[in-house]
Amino acid sequence: MIAAVVTLAALGALAGLGLGFAAARLRVQGNAVADRIDALLPQTQCGQCGYPGCRPYAEAIADGRAGIDLCPPGGEATARELARLLGREPAAKVPDTAPAVAVIDETACIGCALCLAACPVDAIVGAPRRMHTVIAGECTGCGLCLPPCPVDCIDLVSPKGPERS
Amino acid sequence: MSNRAHRVWKFPGGLRLPPHKSASTAEPVATAEPPAVAVLPLSQHAGAASVPIVAAGRRVLAGEPVARANDGISAPLHAPTSGTILAIEDRQVPRPGGPVEPCVILEADGRDQRYEGYEPVDDPQALAPAEIRRLVHEAGIVGLGGAVFPAAVKLEAGDRQPLDTLILNGAECEPYISCDDMLMRERAAHVVHGAQIMLHALSARCCLVAVEHDKPEAIAALKAAVRESGDDRFEVVSVTTAYPAGGERQLIQVLSGREVPAGGLPPDIGYMTQNVGTAAAVSDRFRHGRPLISRVVTVAGGGVASPRNFDARLGTPFAALIAAAGGYTDEAARLVMGGPMMGFALPDDALPVVKATNCIWVAGAADLRRTDDEMPCIRCAECARVCPAVLLPQQLYWYTRARDFEKVVDYAVFDCIECGCCDLVCPSHIPLVSYFRYAKNEIRGRDVQRERAARAQRRHAERNRRLAQRDAEQQAALDEHTRAAQRARAQPREAAGAIDDIMRRAAGHEPPAGRPAGGGDAKDD
Amino acid sequence: MRFATAAPPHYPARTSIALTMRRVLYALVPAAIAHVWYFGSGLLINMLVAAVVAVACEAAVLRLRRRPILPYLTDWSAVLAAVLLAFALPPLTPWWATAIGAMFAIVFAKHLFGGIGFNPFNPAMAGYAVLLIAFPAELNHWLPPRGIDSGLDPVGVGDTLWYVFTGRLPAGLDIDAVTTATPLDAVKTGIGQARTVAEVRAGAVFGDFAGRGWVWINSWFALGGIWLLYKSVIRWHIPVSMLAGLAAMAGFFWILDPGNHAAPGFHLFSGAAMIGAFFIATDPVTAATTVRGRLIYGASIGVLTYLIRAWGGYPDGVAFAVLIMNLCVPVIDHFTRPRVYGHGRH
Repeated sequence: MIAAVVTLAALGALAGLGLGFAAARLRVQGNAVADRIDALLPQTQCGQCGYPGCRPYAEAIADGRAGIDLCPPGGEATARELARLLGREPAAKVPDTAPAVAVIDETACIGCALCLAACPVDAIVGAPRRMHTVIAGECTGCGLCLPPCPVDCIDLVSPKGPERS
Repeated sequence: MSNRAHRVWKFPGGLRLPPHKSASTAEPVATAEPPAVAVLPLSQHAGAASVPIVAAGRRVLAGEPVARANDGISAPLHAPTSGTILAIEDRQVPRPGGPVEPCVILEADGRDQRYEGYEPVDDPQALAPAEIRRLVHEAGIVGLGGAVFPAAVKLEAGDRQPLDTLILNGAECEPYISCDDMLMRERAAHVVHGAQIMLHALSARCCLVAVEHDKPEAIAALKAAVRESGDDRFEVVSVTTAYPAGGERQLIQVLSGREVPAGGLPPDIGYMTQNVGTAAAVSDRFRHGRPLISRVVTVAGGGVASPRNFDARLGTPFAALIAAAGGYTDEAARLVMGGPMMGFALPDDALPVVKATNCIWVAGAADLRRTDDEMPCIRCAECARVCPAVLLPQQLYWYTRARDFEKVVDYAVFDCIECGCCDLVCPSHIPLVSYFRYAKNEIRGRDVQRERAARAQRRHAERNRRLAQRDAEQQAALDEHTRAAQRARAQPREAAGAIDDIMRRAAGHEPPAGRPAGGGDAKDD
Repeated sequence: MRFATAAPPHYPARTSIALTMRRVLYALVPAAIAHVWYFGSGLLINMLVAAVVAVACEAAVLRLRRRPILPYLTDWSAVLAAVLLAFALPPLTPWWATAIGAMFAIVFAKHLFGGIGFNPFNPAMAGYAVLLIAFPAELNHWLPPRGIDSGLDPVGVGDTLWYVFTGRLPAGLDIDAVTTATPLDAVKTGIGQARTVAEVRAGAVFGDFAGRGWVWINSWFALGGIWLLYKSVIRWHIPVSMLAGLAAMAGFFWILDPGNHAAPGFHLFSGAAMIGAFFIATDPVTAATTVRGRLIYGASIGVLTYLIRAWGGYPDGVAFAVLIMNLCVPVIDHFTRPRVYGHGRH
């Protein structure tokens, strides 16, 4: 009886020591989980998840504050990869948005420069009282430039052409 | 020519398939009539589509260029016969899925007058390699084994690294296809001549002509041609008939015992392969000043009445060749460009012969697989046994189904040559190759997405850095103002009121000039 | 003219699951005939009971799982599992035991893991192991082989049927009187009683070197297996490595101590060695898939079989050896991946 108790206690202590040592020794530097989550996100910086960009969303997932099914540009594919990375159940229904790029109707643009400031990836070229245009290859289709436009001259369209080849 | 036979190795896996070639090799190659209307897709080679240099209404001669090569990897295109350009317009082209792409439409005048713009070259060996490449390029010659990679680009390899061996690929391993066999039998001298020119362009040491051992006539013809040429750099090697012995990597393994490194190319280990038809086309250019405007096409299968090989001009509709081969039988069930293993099905026989058309296989219903009887994988691993790339197809299949593409890449899906051996031995009738093509597509698409995401992330980070820097500069300016104000407070009192005004404004009653309206990023951080 | 299109390759597959399973069943016929000759009609009754239950369970579960019934029923895999189970059972097994074994094999070992292709354990062996553990007494009713002496010819068809379905033998026959130990059992028990192998083998059941009847049944299994090799239904790696592993272990201990260990020939031709090597360990679903993996898998089964026979609690060890190695298959496959063309060495 006493031998059993002692043995179990010793085993428990040993295991606890081992775990403690492992936790100290194998501590992950920085927020590696958030880094890996961030790498899976589409980096549109659109904020549709409710966080101000992809990195904050990745950190929220890593901290367990956010679900993995909040990213419409990533859609089902991203949710699935996140589920695999984190060992979570894949989300049943994920909002999905088709890939898009913003296009400025140059004839309607008044050159107010408001959209320039809104673009998270600096993909709009222009200057005050000059016509603006979108660098299609760099646009992530986040749509953040649409609300500030006072004349509604920006549209999201489905990307075409160059990448198909 | 050395007397001892060249040593041959084996490649792993593979299948013995019934050849079904005798029906189309009984008769010599027939010359098909030039088409009444030729449809010439501008993209019938690997790389960028060629650029038309003729307009509708222009009269052209047989062999006259109608489209120039685009920048980068590309090839020009020539009129297959004399006539008038009708239009340059979108037509369905013979590629998987039957896409619609720009084509030059040529109406023949029936006179088949020859363009004399390309001079024959009597002594190609006197030319510099770069000049040979220019002439090969100008003639629109591409790899005729099916990959249609511009031959001149391939010949540049000799400049980059020393090449040991040029391999002429006459291992036509797919069932039914016999165009290379017939070409080797009938035009062996041209094949050897073209290979001599390529050897010179590559500065390669020797040339192995690899032919499967079930083509004794071709081997005999080539040996005779080599003897006649007196060129001791050549050796005709008989290799064991097996599918896919004609795969570039497999053939190199058979002839050298070496493997082309994954992600690398044959020149990395001193080898280059060219199809025998390509060699003949090179010879035609130098000997006769003839660009690539025709090729040998096998018309075979249970769906055609009298299978045969044709020397067909580019742009000839499939239907015309099938009619020349006696027309369809009642069994005709599928139209395939290429062979039964790697060829792709086409929806319409009005499609034109292109540079890649080695065979038109009209399948009888009995030669076709069902698509509705897929069962679960029973892990018999027969697929792994026959895989010439030594992959584990059943593992690739599991991971593809699970959409675990990291694993799919780890199990080397990109080394799959899509030969189809695994499909044929699968007792569960799983379309494995289709799964792997799907996986490759998904992975490529995902990699493009990842690349875009990484770029967006970099730009976003750069923007944040820029905003932070500007805020810092503004803060510094503000601090400077504050200090100035403090200094001023110690000065005459009337100035203080004005400075207070400035302070209030700077503290946020108005947004500082230039600060973005929606730019809340700095505050969120 | 327009044509329908489809993805390459266009050729039909050369084989099918149903053809594979049927060929395995054909290959079992010679051994089944030998079995019936030596041990009476019990095997056939076991087969019938097991097959009916297995097919019925398969159909029922497919229906519950809302899977198409016909293509899966006609793949013959349920019948094959039932037949292999029947071979493992003694001739005088009560019908309910056979039925439970078949039911467990199909419902639990096979379908609860996802049906054909997804089961990690060999269904027939899982069913057999359950019976062996749950009903050890009922699974001990082996009959003496024909030809030992005239008084003990196999129990007749009628009596066998009567016993299998009612659990009673006709008046005058006692179950303990008609049954006898298998050679493997006799050797194990004998050695346990401090007799030497030579003494045990002097007994009547050891007419030939591995036991009367058993030699022939195993030989016919081997012959069927060789036909399967010829027909490319199975590959040589697992049978050869398993028999080699078994023979190596047996040979080693026999040379060390022939008094307490039977010769390799006895081990190879007694019990379930040959059916195990050619028909059970080669079950594609539950076996290793790579070439090196199959050699490791087969050899390990051979070694484990010997260990269980020599020192385990059961006279034969093939079933447990196979089940244990089934567990190891994912690890074996993971660590024996072949080198892909163009990777690594150049």
